Amino acid sequence: MIRVQREDFDIGAEVARLYAGNGRVGGVCVFAGLVRDYLGHDPAEAPQVRAMTLEHYPGMTEKKLAEIEAEARQRWPLEEVIIIHRYGRLEPGDRIVLVATASAHRDAAFESCRFLIDWLKTRAPFWKLEETPDGGQWVDARDSDEAAAERWSR
Amino acid sequence: MKLLYFAWLRSKVGIGEEAITPPAEVATVGQLIDWLKTRSPGHAAAFADLRVVRVAVNHDYVQLEAPVVAGDEIAFFPPVTGG
Repeated sequence: MIRVQREDFDIGAEVARLYAGNGRVGGVCVFAGLVRDYLGHDPAEAPQVRAMTLEHYPGMTEKKLAEIEAEARQRWPLEEVIIIHRYGRLEPGDRIVLVATASAHRDAAFESCRFLIDWLKTRAPFWKLEETPDGGQWVDARDSDEAAAERWSR
Repeated sequence: MKLLYFAWLRSKVGIGEEAITPPAEVATVGQLIDWLKTRSPGHAAAFADLRVVRVAVNHDYVQLEAPVVAGDEIAFFPPVTGG
């Protein structure tokens, strides 16, 4: 299931709903992405982030997320999948994204969850604008994200 | 054709969206970009370095060689940074 929304989500409630009533689920894996309060990699050096605004491409976002979910379902025996991604203005500590997978066994749940967030980060059309003391700054894509997604190509 | 610009490409072009009718000889994404660059300094700045521009035609990623036709929705944006 795919949701792209401005509103916050409740991780516990979403995960509980994922496997409710499905006795075949033996393992659930959850990834939640949050807004950090600093730019880049080193919190000591980096300027503070007051907030960020997430922009996306309505229509294409949903299509790409659905394709990514379909690819995961082809590769692993998944009972349920949920991807929730927020847009709009978010502050440090706010939830951005939730990826959760439910399967009979843990390997499929772990691997597919990692796959989903890795592919999402390089394929779903979202962009982050960070508000720093020096003004707004569009976040650059990272080579490490590209490398993480590349591991899953075949 | 409907063109969309996102993130810093929108800031550079100055608008998020425009409807255009390029000359008949514009048949690919690359040719469309070359033509757009002549339209304004903002367009030229947005497309100055195509290594940091991604293109989608009708919601799918394409390369510069991809064809464009009347009625297409064509989006230009930087490498994505969600998640």
